[in-house]
Amino acid sequence: MKTRQTDRFASIMLWIGAIAIVTLLVAFLGYILGRGLPYLTPDFFNGPDGVSGQLFNSFYLLALSLIFSLPIGLGAGIYLAEYAPHNKLTDIIRLSTESLATVPSIVFGLFGMIVFVNKLGLGFTILGGAATLALLNLPILVRVTEESLRAVPGSYREASLALGATMWQTLRKVILPTALPGLITGVTLVAGRALGETAILIFTAGMNVSRNLFDMNPLAAGETLAVHLFAAKSNPLPGTNADQIADGTAALLIIMVIVFNLCLTLPSRWLQYRLLGKNKG
Amino acid sequence: MPQSKSWVHFNDRLSRYIFISSAVLVSLIILCIIWFVGMQGLSTFRQVSVLEFFTSSKWNPDSGQFGALTFIAGSIGTTLIAILLGGPLGLAGAVFLAEIAPPWVRSFMRPATDLFAGIPSVVYGYVGLTVVVGFIRRSTNSSTGYGVLAAGIVLAIMILPTVISLSEDALRSLPGSYKEASLALGATRWQTIRRVLVPAASPGILTAIILAMARAIGETMAVQMVIGNSPRFPGSLITPTSTLTSNIVMEMGNTPFGSTWNNGLFMMSFILLIIALILIILVRTAVRRGAAR
Repeated sequence: MKTRQTDRFASIMLWIGAIAIVTLLVAFLGYILGRGLPYLTPDFFNGPDGVSGQLFNSFYLLALSLIFSLPIGLGAGIYLAEYAPHNKLTDIIRLSTESLATVPSIVFGLFGMIVFVNKLGLGFTILGGAATLALLNLPILVRVTEESLRAVPGSYREASLALGATMWQTLRKVILPTALPGLITGVTLVAGRALGETAILIFTAGMNVSRNLFDMNPLAAGETLAVHLFAAKSNPLPGTNADQIADGTAALLIIMVIVFNLCLTLPSRWLQYRLLGKNKG
Repeated sequence: MPQSKSWVHFNDRLSRYIFISSAVLVSLIILCIIWFVGMQGLSTFRQVSVLEFFTSSKWNPDSGQFGALTFIAGSIGTTLIAILLGGPLGLAGAVFLAEIAPPWVRSFMRPATDLFAGIPSVVYGYVGLTVVVGFIRRSTNSSTGYGVLAAGIVLAIMILPTVISLSEDALRSLPGSYKEASLALGATRWQTIRRVLVPAASPGILTAIILAMARAIGETMAVQMVIGNSPRFPGSLITPTSTLTSNIVMEMGNTPFGSTWNNGLFMMSFILLIIALILIILVRTAVRRGAAR
């Protein structure tokens, strides 16, 4: 009878553990949104200490970093999934992608600082920030691309090649369209991570925001929302209501994360449904 | 539209070269990072002895003392606390999701843990600063609440999604026959989990823990906000101290590029980089050991 009791006890403990994890998350989100939502007024964005500049910079940096990292990440992922033979070179590429994925973001930040701020003498710029951020995106893009291409059934490839298509035609017309939902999920995953990144950007894009709203100049310094939250909490400027700014910014960041997570799940489900529906007909 | 044959083949070859060169470029990037950060960091040792840097805890750059032991100990200490707290809880969550959770519970708990992973680290730091630090101050005799314990607790929450999702994947990829055989022999569900499933999935679980360690030791912003940022060796878990990452953030801005002090900070990031690379090699060995079985 003792084993039966142990079994029940263990089940109860695991349920408690799971409930603790979910409670932690709900409390976390509730706390941030509860404190920050009241401050999210139009004034919070456009007032004297408004964050619309930071909000714009966040997305501008994200877009630039994706422009830098998408072609290379997709290319490397396609190579690993479709072309790579089993040899030393492939091994080295795989090892370096995995290593790149574990490099702490602050190390990327310092690397970007050496290259863009000091060696190239650009100072703190959106361009340098975006290029360094691209390094953070790269390994995730490579991995997601490889995984989604590998998930495409081999028969698709064989059928297309047997019809006389070249590898490139097969990729463009058959494999990439089929793998599209996975690729979109990957890009949203990358985007969510890049939006919240701080350690890289304080060393490359700086902690200043342009006076002109929606400044497209890539050689200006560009503080993002996440950096703004860090600045408001770690060295608050005297005379500003830094606490309210921090509360509001944290809530705004969380809302962005939740929206991105919905973007992550909904369209890929919808696409899958569409694709499967098409196949049935 | 029919295309000329040579054009089609040219395209095919060109695309192939583009893919290969992007893959090679990814490898070159990591080499560049190691080279640049390493060179900058190692030039510290022109002025400072290696022994002093790694074994002295006196960090006093103004008077020429560059002992980084405090920061190394701080990084290791926070990471260990994070693994001790977050590891078992995350593993429990993974076992629950893989073996016990009814489908409807799983269908919202899995996305919820993924949401944890997407929360920016500054937001973790901000909650740590306003909640965890205050809680430690009130419930212990610490005067500030900052310290290794606060950082460890925040990191423990941050590594949960890594531990949960990777361990769950490892448990789910086991052949169903393992479980069936164990249950058919009369084992209870818990005995099956403890004696069969978790041991069989141990390479994957180990990978999850190692990657969680990598995330914890490299985490910067959240730690910087709750550690207290005092470059002194901590007398206890609840006295302000610093880690490698938090000290880089604190001092990078006010040191000129190329000075010994600045190089010392680069050396700290080089240590982080080396630790990350060692952890990746450990993961590879764990995976290979799992595959060999």
